[in-house]
Amino acid sequence: MKIFVLVKQVPDTNEVKIDPVTGTLIREGVPSILNPDDANALEEALALKDQYPGTTVDVISMGPPQANYMLRECLALGADNAYLLSSRTFGGADTCATSTTLAAGVKKIGEYDIIFAGRQAIDGDTAQVGPQTAQRLGIPSVSYVQKIREVKDKTVVVERALEDGYEIVEIQRPCVLTAIKELNTPRYMTVRQIEEAYKKDITVWDEFDLKVDPKTVGLIASPTQVHKSFTPPPKGAGEMLHGTPSEMAAALVSKLTEKHVL
Amino acid sequence: MAIRIISEKCKGCEKCIPLCPQGALYMEGKLAMLGPECNMCNQCLEPKFCPFKAIEKVEEEEVLGVDVSLYKDVWVFAEQRDGKLMNVSLELLGEGKKLAAEIGCRVCAILCGENVEGLIPELYEYGADVVYYASAPELKTYNPDSYTKVLNEAVQKYKPDIVLFGATHIGRDLGPCVAVKAETGLTADCTQLDIDPADKKLMQTRPAFGGNLMATIVCPKHRPQMSTVRPGVMSKLERQAHKTGERIDLEVSFAPGDIRMEVLEIVKAVKEIVSLTDAEVIVSGGAGLGNAEGFELIKKLADKLGGVVGASRAAVDAGWIDHSHQVGQTGTTVKPKLYVACGISGAIQHLAGMQSSDYIVAINKSETAPIFEVADYGLVGDLYKVIPAFMDALN
Repeated sequence: MKIFVLVKQVPDTNEVKIDPVTGTLIREGVPSILNPDDANALEEALALKDQYPGTTVDVISMGPPQANYMLRECLALGADNAYLLSSRTFGGADTCATSTTLAAGVKKIGEYDIIFAGRQAIDGDTAQVGPQTAQRLGIPSVSYVQKIREVKDKTVVVERALEDGYEIVEIQRPCVLTAIKELNTPRYMTVRQIEEAYKKDITVWDEFDLKVDPKTVGLIASPTQVHKSFTPPPKGAGEMLHGTPSEMAAALVSKLTEKHVL
Repeated sequence: MAIRIISEKCKGCEKCIPLCPQGALYMEGKLAMLGPECNMCNQCLEPKFCPFKAIEKVEEEEVLGVDVSLYKDVWVFAEQRDGKLMNVSLELLGEGKKLAAEIGCRVCAILCGENVEGLIPELYEYGADVVYYASAPELKTYNPDSYTKVLNEAVQKYKPDIVLFGATHIGRDLGPCVAVKAETGLTADCTQLDIDPADKKLMQTRPAFGGNLMATIVCPKHRPQMSTVRPGVMSKLERQAHKTGERIDLEVSFAPGDIRMEVLEIVKAVKEIVSLTDAEVIVSGGAGLGNAEGFELIKKLADKLGGVVGASRAAVDAGWIDHSHQVGQTGTTVKPKLYVACGISGAIQHLAGMQSSDYIVAINKSETAPIFEVADYGLVGDLYKVIPAFMDALN
C-alpha cells in the first residue's frame, strides 16, 4: 500500500500566554510541535506499514521552511519520504486555498491508497483541511476516525466517532481519513531513528514545482479574511465570600436565592 | 485571467477531459472540473473542447469573487438524526432570524432525510420562513457524499447569502465539503455572528489559539458566507405553535459513483449521554478533586441542584471521567443558568467554554486561581468541606 499523511507544524497552544499589559499573544519561547491529531494520523499509517509489508508512508506538509524540523521528526518515527510545500505564494491561505496546495502536492507525488490527516490543528481548530483536500482530489473522506476495523482490497472499514456513539463506515479507496486522538497512542522515536532521519532528504516544492496557478493558492485565493483579532474580554471578577465553609455556603445560598437562581 | 467551467452549461459529455495537455480537466460526478494543473494555455477555449461553450475565460476580478448581489436569504442546515432535529439547528434558526431581520431577508431551513417531513412544522414554529426539503433513501442517515451533493446543488440553484451549520461532528464534516464545492469560505466554530451595518456582510467571530484569541472573520467576495456555529451558544426562539411557512421540495437523484461510502451500522453509546448544552445547572469537577471518587460528591451536588456533571480537561485526561462530560474549548461550550466549578483552576481553554454562563460559582483552595476572575461568587476552601456545607445550606 501507498499511504500519505498530511501533517502540520503548530505552536503548542497550551504554552501560549497572554501579555497582561498589552493583551497580545506572547509567541516567544512557544515550542513548535507536530500537531497532536496529525501524530495520531501518522501513527495509524505506521501501524499499517508494520502490518502490511511493502507499505510506504510519505508525509506532506504545507508550511514555512522551519517546518522541516517537524518533518524530520516524522521521518524519525518511521515515515519513508517527506515533502514540504513551501513558498511565499502559499502563505496567508485559509482552508479553501490550503486544500488546493495540498491536493496539488498529493497529485505530484502520484498514486496512493489512503491519505491520513489529523482531524484538526490546535492553532486553528477548523477540522476543514482534511475533507476539503479530499474534495479537491475528487475522492471520498471520513472524518473523526476513531478506529480502523479492516483494510480490504478496494475499501476500508472504519469507525467514525459521533457525539453519542459511533458509526461503522465502509469507504472506497483511495480516500482521506482524519484521525482523532482515540485512534491510537503515537509511538516514540529512538536515537538510532533520529540519526537515520538526518541522512534523508526532505523534498521542498514551490508553486512552480507543483505547476499551480499562483492565483489559486495562498492569500489571494482565500475567500475568508481576518477582519480583526482580539483577546476575549474578561467577564470581570465577582464577589469573594469569606468565613468558614458553612458561613460561605449560607452566604452563597442566600445570594443565589436573591438572584432567583435557586 | 483564468479559465472557468460554467457548470450550468456543462453537459457532462467528457469530451474535453482527454484533450487538455496538462491533464487539468477532470470529471466530478456529471460536471467537468478544472484542477490546479491548469497553466492557462487557453487551448480549451477552442470549440473542439466543448460543443456547449461551457469553458470560458474570465477576468481576474471575476475569478476573485462572485456577484454578491445575486445571493439572498439566510439558510440553516436542519440536522436530524433518527428523525429528531438537533437542538443546535433550532438555535441557529433563532440566530438566523435575527441576522435576516438585520439584512432584510428570510430565514430558511434545509432539511435532508428520508420521509422526515414530519419535522417541517417544527422548523416553521422555531422561525423558518421557508423549508427546503430533500427526501431520499440515500439521505436517511448522514453520508458526506449524498449530503454534499444535495446541499451543493441547492446552493447553486437558490443562491443563499449565508449558510449556517451546527458545529457538530456532522456539520463540521459537511460544511467543509460544501464550501469547496461552492468555492467559498467557511468559518469554523463561531461563537458570535453579527451583520456589518454598512454593507450587510456577515461578521463571524470565533476563538483561535485554543481560546487565547478571538478572531472576526469575513468572506467579502464569495458567496454564500458559511459558518459552523458551536452548539449551546445561540438562543432558540420561543416555539410559536401553528406558525407555518413555504415548503420547497428539492429534486434529488444519485448516479452510480456519486456515493462512495456506506454507513454499515450506527452504534449508540452505552455510556450515559450527557446533555451539557441543554442543562440549566452544571456542577463541574477538575484536578482539585484529586481522584475519580471525587466525582461522586460532584454528582450528589448536581443531583441536589437538578443539574448535570461537567469536568475540566485535566479531570478527563486523568481518566477520572468520560470525555463526554468535558467543558471547554476541546469539549462542550455551555451557558447554563448556574455553573459551579469545583477544584478547577480555570485554564483559558476551560473558561472559553463556560464563561457566558449566567451565574458562575467557583470553589477552589487557591485564591489566586484564574477561575475566580470570571466567577460571580468565589469560595476559597477545601471543596470536600465546602460542597457538603453547600448541600447542608440548601436543605
